[in-house]
Amino acid sequence: MNSVAVEVLRYRPETEEEPSFEVFDVPYEDNWMVLDAINHIKDQMDGTLSYRWACRMGVCGSCGMMVNGKPVLTCATYVEDVLPGPVRVEPLRGFPVVRDLVTDIRDFMVKLQRVKPWIIREEEKPLAEGEYLQTPEELQDYKQYSMCINCMLCYAACPIYELDPEFIGPAAIALAQRYNLDSRDQGREERMDVLSQHDGMWGCTFVGDCSVVCPKKVDPAGAIQRYKLDATVDWFRSALMPWRKR
Amino acid sequence: MHTVNHDVLLIGGGGAGLRAAIAVAETNPGLSVAVASKVYPMRSHTVSAEGGAAAVIRPEDSLDEHAYDTISGGDWLCDQDAVEMFVREAPEEMLRMEHWGCPWSRKPDGTIATRPFGGMKTERTWFAADKTGFHMLHTLFQTTLKYPPISRYDEWFVTRLLVEDGRCQGAVAVELATGEVHTILARSVIMCAGGGGKVYPFTTNANIKTGDGMALAYRAGAPLKDMEFVQYHPTGLPFTGILVTEAARAEGGWLVNKDGYRYLQDYDLGTPEPRPVLRSMELGPRDRLSQAFVGELKKGRTVETRYGHVVYLDVRRLGQRVIDEKIPFVRELCLKYEKIDPVKDMIPVRPVVHYMMGGIHTDLQGATSIPGLFAAGEVACVSINGANRLGSNSLTELLVFGARAGKAAARYAAGAPAPSRSVLAQGLQEEARLQKQFLGKRGGRERMADLRKEMQDTMEASAGLYRDGATLKAGTEKVQELKERFCDVVMEDPSLTFNTELQTVLELENLLDVAESVLHSALARRESRGAHQRTDFPERDDQDYLAHSLAYATAEVPRIDYLPVTITRWPAGERVYGRAAAPEKGGK
Repeated sequence: MNSVAVEVLRYRPETEEEPSFEVFDVPYEDNWMVLDAINHIKDQMDGTLSYRWACRMGVCGSCGMMVNGKPVLTCATYVEDVLPGPVRVEPLRGFPVVRDLVTDIRDFMVKLQRVKPWIIREEEKPLAEGEYLQTPEELQDYKQYSMCINCMLCYAACPIYELDPEFIGPAAIALAQRYNLDSRDQGREERMDVLSQHDGMWGCTFVGDCSVVCPKKVDPAGAIQRYKLDATVDWFRSALMPWRKR
Repeated sequence: MHTVNHDVLLIGGGGAGLRAAIAVAETNPGLSVAVASKVYPMRSHTVSAEGGAAAVIRPEDSLDEHAYDTISGGDWLCDQDAVEMFVREAPEEMLRMEHWGCPWSRKPDGTIATRPFGGMKTERTWFAADKTGFHMLHTLFQTTLKYPPISRYDEWFVTRLLVEDGRCQGAVAVELATGEVHTILARSVIMCAGGGGKVYPFTTNANIKTGDGMALAYRAGAPLKDMEFVQYHPTGLPFTGILVTEAARAEGGWLVNKDGYRYLQDYDLGTPEPRPVLRSMELGPRDRLSQAFVGELKKGRTVETRYGHVVYLDVRRLGQRVIDEKIPFVRELCLKYEKIDPVKDMIPVRPVVHYMMGGIHTDLQGATSIPGLFAAGEVACVSINGANRLGSNSLTELLVFGARAGKAAARYAAGAPAPSRSVLAQGLQEEARLQKQFLGKRGGRERMADLRKEMQDTMEASAGLYRDGATLKAGTEKVQELKERFCDVVMEDPSLTFNTELQTVLELENLLDVAESVLHSALARRESRGAHQRTDFPERDDQDYLAHSLAYATAEVPRIDYLPVTITRWPAGERVYGRAAAPEKGGK
């Protein structure tokens, strides 16, 4: 069996002032993911290592970490693909570290709620009248943005979020757009108001790192550009045609 | 010890918990609702469900047919009053999900699309491509965000239910981030903590599926019902146990053995046709398909790999366009985790533990035998799933029974007295227990991972697809031994901050209780029915066992009682797949 050196960032706030790396020599098999190697450390070498994981199939969004400096889902990253090692594993960048590889994502949870990620309608159709019709093409308009698993890799990659923690961030904007573009929704203007309150988004220079690291091809950068365009059109509409109700 | 107060406490924030939370908020907006989960809600295992959710919507379909498919699929162990109610309320619940924004796949005219599914006589499975559970969970979670009365306690791990004066009045939870122990007082509690597939070594279940809710209720005195019925899904990827959805077969995938032969035809499941035929061959029920795999294994017609024997699921004939449109996640998972492309390659699969039909015994309102304690979802057993759940009934179940439990718990809370202050003493006791037994303990000789693996291997060996009295007996003794050894478990981490060693040891404690209930229930049922196949009692025995098992925790081994199955309109009969039914002979 092969083995690889895994450098894990350790931080236990009760006993340590500073984080530090601890190196484990981990045996691995060719079909192991980085998460399998981390689980091996916890099960067989050091039971005190803390991190999150659940589904191990790339859909629950729990196990995002920095591996060799890149934000990835550790359950979907082969050890073989990050060789020769040492493999450096750190908590996701841009978030406060709670302990070891566990980050504090409460900021995102607050921001997600702020963009009102639910269907907003002036009037709800009674259930007895059946479903809202939505053609496959209309579904396609927002489907991509509905694939976000909230894994936070895009925040870890975002240069704006790192400098400006007020920035509402790629995933939350993508999810706002997910509803804005849904033919059943009428809440676009409410969400526009929320998104416009802060100018972090205008700082987004379409670097596109968020879309590059997204494991589900959600393309938050595309969502942000589309939003900026819509917001600009809205602004001109209200500025040039103030007599017209927005 | 901190204390928080709410009217209704939800334990678990997956599909059932979130649906229940909304039901409480809508039934009585004056009630304050707490959702406590050991993970952020969107990490819950509902997220992994793929194929779809069943509800009658096409005019040519009928509620009775959905009921019959469910009851025969469950080998007549379903309570038929529950099934009738379930199929009746299913369409409205599914439409509600649509109104909340669930991105259901559509027909060209914009109406809901449906697909065939195993054991269903017609197309009635709604789907969102093959990420149905993911979309339902995120839709529910995002929708809960608009209800101010719903407070979330994310990453709070519940370790004990508070039962006093004969009713449930809340729970004790560890806040993982800080290690603080909290008492959550509530007038009613709904358990929605999911199943416990992790008692087995090879499962589609997420690492978090550790039977916590089942164990908590069991220890608090509620019986666990039908725990011997564990569903093996016929198509899991080797090594990872990742699920390949039944939708792959519903869209036209074939199961073939090492000779490329569609072997299901040898197991009374019909004759092979090029196109999928409902309730036949690859669209038979999961128990029968998984059992057919064992038949092939015995005949030497499976393929040996480094991760055990496999057969193949062949979807190549569907072509890339259909695969990418209908089952894109299957392709994504195969490419990522097996390094094969189902467009060009056959998918190696083997049966894998997927779902527990059993759970906390509830009535039709989700009420358990402990007043004030309700349950819904996989953690509960109403029972609509009987001895074998049909694919695509569980996502619908968590909506229908999540909503019912939420409404019932809201009504109960409105009429219940405030929790008595005396339950706080139980909270302090629990805090002391956690400290003494785990956090303050040093040393120990038994590694947690070793105990867990021995338990899992024991379960596979004694309570797998086929069981017999001798191996089940040996299994019960082994689990008893593991429970004793658990007292000497290695504890290395004294930290209060996000102590996952503490979480893992508490999960193992729960798993051991679930394992015990499965083994003893299986040992007591001396017949074969659905997912419970006893080689020493190969026939179904309606005389003695047309009844639910109820496992009660005692100081020693669990006590097993039985409760008759409720039959309304469908007397127990033969399960027929892929052929015409034999003339009625009055039961089997």
